[in-house]
Amino acid sequence: MDAVLLARIQFGITAGFHFLFPPITLGLSFVILILESLYIKKGEDVYKNLSGFLIKILGVVFVMGVATGIVLEFAFGNNWSEYSRMVGDIFGAPLAAEGIFAFFMESVFLGVLIFGRSRVSKRAYWWSAFLVFFASHLSGLWIIIANSWMQTPAGFKIEGGRAVLTNFFQAALNHSTVIRYVHTVIAGWITGSLFVAAIAAWFLLKNRIPPKAKLLLKASLWLFIVTSILQLGFGHLHSVQVAETQPEKMAAFEALWETETGAPFTVFGFPDGKKQKTYMAVKIPKFLSLLIHFDPNAEVIGLNEFPEEERPPVFLPFVSYHIMILLGMLFILISVIGLVLMARRKLWTSRWYLSLLLFAFPLPLLANEFGWIAAEVGRQPWAVYKVLKTADAASKVVPAGNILFSLIMFTAVYTLIAVAGGSILIRMVKKGPDEPPAQDVEGEG
Amino acid sequence: MESWDILRNIWFILVGVLFAGYSVLDGFDLGIGILAPHIARNQNERRALYSAVAPFWDGNEVWLLTGGGALFAAFPQAYATVFSGFYLALMLVLLALILRAVSLEFAAHDSKRRTLWEFLFHLGSLFPALLFGVALGNVVVGVPLDAGMEYTGNFFTLLRPLPLTFGLFGVAAFILQGSTFAALKVEGELQERARRTARKAGGIYLVLCGLSYIMILIYLPHSLNRPLAWVSAVLTAVFWGLMRVALQKRQDGRAFFFSSAGFLSLWGIVGAIHFPNLVRAGNDEALSITIYNASSSRLTLTVMLVIALIGMPLVIGYTIYAYRVFRGKVWLEDDFY
Repeated sequence: MDAVLLARIQFGITAGFHFLFPPITLGLSFVILILESLYIKKGEDVYKNLSGFLIKILGVVFVMGVATGIVLEFAFGNNWSEYSRMVGDIFGAPLAAEGIFAFFMESVFLGVLIFGRSRVSKRAYWWSAFLVFFASHLSGLWIIIANSWMQTPAGFKIEGGRAVLTNFFQAALNHSTVIRYVHTVIAGWITGSLFVAAIAAWFLLKNRIPPKAKLLLKASLWLFIVTSILQLGFGHLHSVQVAETQPEKMAAFEALWETETGAPFTVFGFPDGKKQKTYMAVKIPKFLSLLIHFDPNAEVIGLNEFPEEERPPVFLPFVSYHIMILLGMLFILISVIGLVLMARRKLWTSRWYLSLLLFAFPLPLLANEFGWIAAEVGRQPWAVYKVLKTADAASKVVPAGNILFSLIMFTAVYTLIAVAGGSILIRMVKKGPDEPPAQDVEGEG
Repeated sequence: MESWDILRNIWFILVGVLFAGYSVLDGFDLGIGILAPHIARNQNERRALYSAVAPFWDGNEVWLLTGGGALFAAFPQAYATVFSGFYLALMLVLLALILRAVSLEFAAHDSKRRTLWEFLFHLGSLFPALLFGVALGNVVVGVPLDAGMEYTGNFFTLLRPLPLTFGLFGVAAFILQGSTFAALKVEGELQERARRTARKAGGIYLVLCGLSYIMILIYLPHSLNRPLAWVSAVLTAVFWGLMRVALQKRQDGRAFFFSSAGFLSLWGIVGAIHFPNLVRAGNDEALSITIYNASSSRLTLTVMLVIALIGMPLVIGYTIYAYRVFRGKVWLEDDFY
């Protein structure tokens, strides 16, 4: 198999697996901060107890995120050394800054959260929770800066075949950084809050620790409701930005072949990029123009405006983008039902709704992955939009066989981590927050 | 010297500081990972050792990630050459680091498969400890490079006498870090065994250190003209002696301190003989990747310096805070490990 394709598959698998965890960390650290703040304010042990339970879970999720993130820090040198040579002047800095500003802080204070409850003051402990929350979000910012620069590069010039930084702030805060960051962080809050709500719902379904579970469900469900609805607006703004700055990507998302005034929104279909046809298409007339330009008769640029060798693939971005949107709508529906049940004071007794929350928890993870696939496959054939093609970014000296070998090893190890980590998390949840931590950790000894 | 060159010099030192910081800090938890099966006689003792590193290992590992990121940002050409050139060796290091990262956490929560996770933690500590030295030895002694800065050797090119000696020496140094740290954190018989191991490791360390010096003089005779290398070498010997005395007097804190100081002075030697190279070309000196032909632009190095000047004091500040929070002997009644 071709080395570039193998390198892409390897990056896809390693980054895709890694990307399961940071969004949970964002949301989970938010819920923990809420609980710790309530504990400081009200001084009731129940908050401390619940927070301690979630911190243990965060420890496992975080460690899986760290373990799978190590590879990515070095992947640009391993598999994408031409990329590193060409754009390292700009791309390396955010990765280093992530380490210096955020990752140290997150690791150090998570250590205090997990192991230091009895060693630091109440106030210092709250600050640790805050700093874990803050650092995980700052860490995300630097990674989004790096990613956004690949999508909408700015603040550089090409000199001797290499990209050279001319303005740091323009490069860091390029056209897509802020909106992509907000969209991603909210996705993380949705993911983490539903993760916690699902756990609480499960306790209620099993009729375990009902007072605590109700408290946990209330805190997390509110966060889920607010963030799901917020995402409608910010997701929309992100799409508008994509249509403005990467029009061929939006055309691929919507399988819009020709430039049209009053372009329709394709709700469903199977697009075929080669034949430029969408099978079984269900369209809403003029809706795409309305969404992007707030004008039903506005012009939307189609794929044929671009040279063939610069068009992204259509099928995968189209399908991923649409599934993501569908899931986003589903989260809003779940939120609205939750609001109605709360208003009618039927939340605790509606077992069907609690089951729905329980089984819905993997869906935000899927939505994150699909959103990411849409964004990155939609960027093709470019590694850095209009600057460097993916095909020219791979390492020259690494034989395909070596990439295949490491790909197989990573897949095996990640499978092991997924199975082991998943079963440990399930066991932790089943144990629940009731038992004192010391017994929780060790069976014997 | 023009300002760009000053920045390049500063970044040579800063990248070195990050890797040196990594070797000292992650050094002790790598060392404990290597040692644990040998000095712990039962589950409680293993638990004590793992508890000693549990709050720290993750923050320690960030030094490596940040070092890698800083190398990428400051010297992208060196980053690109090394990581693509030493592909298989570094992929094995990454796999080991991944398994190591999860295994400590998993061992704490998965009592049925604890033996497996502890074994993986051991292996995941030993393997990188060995290969870090091999990789460093290779960039120092020189590897075949072409005019496009690409590595032209293969996996077996990496396994030469000097790099292998560096690899083994690295393992001894990590074990010394681990055993002196263990002596500081645990009590009773286990502590005695840790001290004994530190004394033994100290002996092996001395032999391998001498062997490394000989290798350097054989393969890199220009090192004789680097005064800073001599100063660092003398410091290494002094710190080793002080470490030995402290061990004899059962001053565990001092022993760990001097073991760490010795590790830093080793980086002084390497930095002095390696400068201004980042990756030495063994086939033709003129093809070497240096801080001058591999660096980022002046603007990027400046921005990075600002980031480092703001960020690193903070990092050092709260790292000291965390070590103070968890100072003293391991409390087994804690919800440690």
